[in-house]
Amino acid sequence: MSTSITPTLELRGLEVAYTVRGIDRQVLRDVSFSIAPGEAYGLVGESGCGKSTAAFAAMRYLPRNGKITGGSILFEGKDIVDIGEEDVAQLRRSAISMVYQNPATALNPTIRIGKQIAEVFELDGASKSDALAMAQAALTKVQISDPAQVMRRYAHQLSGGMAQRVVIAMALASNPRLLVMDEPTTGLDATVEAEVLDLVRELRRDTGTAVLFISHNLGVIRNMCDRVGVLYAGALVEQGATADLFNNPSHPYTVGLLRCIPRGGLHKSTDRLDTIPGTPPALGTHFDGCVFAARCALADDKCRTELPQMVTISGAHVARCFHSDKASSMPRSVEQIEIQSTPTHHLANVGESLLDVSHLSKVFTQDGHRIRVINDVSLSLGVGETLGLVGESGSGKTTIAKLVLGLVAPEEGGVIKLDGKGLAKTLNRRDVQDVGAMQIVFQNPDQALNRRHSVTRIVSRAVERLRGFSAQSSIERARELLLGMRVEATLHGARPVQLSGGLKQRVAIARAFAGAPQIVLCDEPTSALDVSVQAAILNLLVDLQKQDKTSFIFISHDLGVVRYISDRIAVLYLGRVVEFGASQRVFNGPFHPYTEALLSSVPNIDGSIRKRIPLTGVVPSPSNPPSGCVLNPRCPRKVGSGYESMCESEEPNLNEVEPGHFMRCHIPMAKLKQLQS
Amino acid sequence: MTDKTAKQTQQTELSERLAVLKKNKAFIVGASILAFWVFSAIFGKLIARYDQDFMDYEAVNSAPSLKYWFGTDQSGRDVYSRVIVGSRIIIVISFLATLLGAFIGASLGLIAGYLKGRFDMVLMRILEAISAIPVIIIALLAVAAIGRSSSIITILIIGLIFTPNVARTVRAAVLGESELEYVAAAKLRTEKTGHILFREVLPNVLPTLIVEFTVRLGYAIFAVATLSFLGAGLEAGSPDWGTQVADTWSLIFTNIWWPTLFPSLAIASIAVSINLISDALLEVFEL
Repeated sequence: MSTSITPTLELRGLEVAYTVRGIDRQVLRDVSFSIAPGEAYGLVGESGCGKSTAAFAAMRYLPRNGKITGGSILFEGKDIVDIGEEDVAQLRRSAISMVYQNPATALNPTIRIGKQIAEVFELDGASKSDALAMAQAALTKVQISDPAQVMRRYAHQLSGGMAQRVVIAMALASNPRLLVMDEPTTGLDATVEAEVLDLVRELRRDTGTAVLFISHNLGVIRNMCDRVGVLYAGALVEQGATADLFNNPSHPYTVGLLRCIPRGGLHKSTDRLDTIPGTPPALGTHFDGCVFAARCALADDKCRTELPQMVTISGAHVARCFHSDKASSMPRSVEQIEIQSTPTHHLANVGESLLDVSHLSKVFTQDGHRIRVINDVSLSLGVGETLGLVGESGSGKTTIAKLVLGLVAPEEGGVIKLDGKGLAKTLNRRDVQDVGAMQIVFQNPDQALNRRHSVTRIVSRAVERLRGFSAQSSIERARELLLGMRVEATLHGARPVQLSGGLKQRVAIARAFAGAPQIVLCDEPTSALDVSVQAAILNLLVDLQKQDKTSFIFISHDLGVVRYISDRIAVLYLGRVVEFGASQRVFNGPFHPYTEALLSSVPNIDGSIRKRIPLTGVVPSPSNPPSGCVLNPRCPRKVGSGYESMCESEEPNLNEVEPGHFMRCHIPMAKLKQLQS
Repeated sequence: MTDKTAKQTQQTELSERLAVLKKNKAFIVGASILAFWVFSAIFGKLIARYDQDFMDYEAVNSAPSLKYWFGTDQSGRDVYSRVIVGSRIIIVISFLATLLGAFIGASLGLIAGYLKGRFDMVLMRILEAISAIPVIIIALLAVAAIGRSSSIITILIIGLIFTPNVARTVRAAVLGESELEYVAAAKLRTEKTGHILFREVLPNVLPTLIVEFTVRLGYAIFAVATLSFLGAGLEAGSPDWGTQVADTWSLIFTNIWWPTLFPSLAIASIAVSINLISDALLEVFEL
């Protein structure tokens, strides 16, 4: 970066503290970075590291209990730490804009979209009619289809991706010189995320706006940013050009973070995921030495007592570490667990068929409309295997889990067989053994664990009910299970609220295993967790599977995770299985056109450039599915395949295209192979 | 992975909130006033300066003085002693009435919110009809029907009238709770509906119920005082505040204000104290 250009934003030694219960707790420690005009700077780190605080501070928008205790924030060379409210408002009106994580709450639900965007122009002095015209132009700029129509809608009538486009349009309305984006794609599906990121990239090229991009997703950061800063416990531990930092990570934390991610090609059968031992420090912890020393494999006495300074790795690539030269060859951190195996009734051998689901359908009635959310789904799962269910939100993943568990009854004709034995449709008709044989780990442990009950009670009650143990021996078994899940004895009396996210999920897993299950359904079990915690949970699940021959149905939107843990994959679209087969087959292709698009939308962490196969349009409503193949209006391979008329008129069956590999597509395998090569 | 710090760094949610509550000024004031009246209700005879029925014929209608702090009434009875001793009956009756309303209301609200559907719809319509009945009129009718006023009847009527409000509040909370996955988890270990309702869901709506209880208690104090003022609440001749006001209010026109003012202030102070407490609870528990 040339010194002659004034950076758009520059933080110099910024220190921020939050006052919590009367005590100042430091959240940002000596954070310095700068963003040049037109540059995209990424801030990455796990939850609680201070990413959002840095963004809010840059906009002078800290919560009421937050204050800047040191350092300076320079916007285009001018210190904005001490400027008055009026000047701050002016700055936000004309120079800095922000895009928040959740577009649904960032838009006013009572004002039509057009008027909401027009307000920004009116503030700038445009007349009412001009402002409306400008609003429409702004929507056109963010590539919304049919902007005139979107102008008349309310926020709740937009899909997540559209709402985020509207928020971006509003943020860009004032022609800001700095755009702060705080996890802008985190709640969105992979295909929508990819589209929004494409849009941001294009807009940046056209407008030259500097961007501060905040994300926990390393893949997104890698694809979006010119330079990256890694935050840990409020301190910037490494910074550099994106490619330098990702190719040669030089701080042990960055190295650990990158190693945790189940990246392409890794599979549970051959690779174990690394974890970062320990937990992040509590808010406001005081450090004498390096902030990461307590969890670092390279830490020595110097690290614990002396604050490291930034050292230059190469060019502008710097790391705050005494041992940056050794970071990339840091010993791997792989934990093993030992659980006393409980003899269970798993007599079958690995691979033998355990669960057979056939012709499962579900129709919900809403306002008199019949909505077929699940349509003729057939799946099978073998002993000790993992079946991955992938698909965008609304594809019916969770509903399938509920149908299998009996929480929701399927329509007539659906059959669920466990070990060859047909199961009753609803839970209250199934006997205790059948109920205990299939359990679930929910996505959000805060909702899945009763916050008024102790950890021991949550697990022991399940043991008591499902295994018929006495109260006392249930508690003993619960303690064993919890210890096996690495929940320490001192925490067994705690309430869920006292535990970290990872620990809560371990408790939930212990509960699922209380009834010695044959199948555990995992509904996005790691999507609320940080990557290092995710790795530990995935390792735990794999260990449990190896030990007890437990089978998993693993639902996730994260294809990397699914690929790592699954033996078989089912790809769902609009309540239908569009592709089903062994994990290797599904991921290696030839792909179903939908799978192909899904795979190509995942931001790549290794930096390789990959052609994105876009899915056009939005997911159609299941109450009114398209005729023919349900994918046909969005299908990336329909046009030019020679099967267009068939795709539009006739719904394809799930055909076995090669042994053990099923696809719901009219285009023959050979043709797909040719198109995709 | 060792998550040792998790417990040490986070206090329990409840103890943290209670700590905040103890610093809340409205709560401190409200709780102090209420504590004083509860103390009076229990140990009233000890801090009263005279027997509540002792009549000093030498000092009828005497103004507040060192001998009679709050003055005396038209029978020469010490107003201070009667206010102190009179706290018991109003507190006990209001409390029991609220407890009854909260118990029935919470049970109905739990069941309606959890089962939803037709049961919920029919029950809520019935409760709406009940809440349309004015409490004073129904109490007067009851007195007319049985020929005398009775504290048991007062408790039953106030309890019945409060049931719909409590039920509605609890139902709304249960509707939200029953969507949470811990309820599905309980079903997945073959729990019976009763267990899910009272052991799983109820503890989670308890803060809502406690706040609703205090709000209702404030209303109950007023209702009991009003009924006894009208002579329809309690057994004749009881030393409660409503009756005291009813017996003496006409003296105001002869400038003898003290036998009316002090029991009125007592009613106001306890009602305000309970409202302060429920406001503080609402704020601290973010309901």
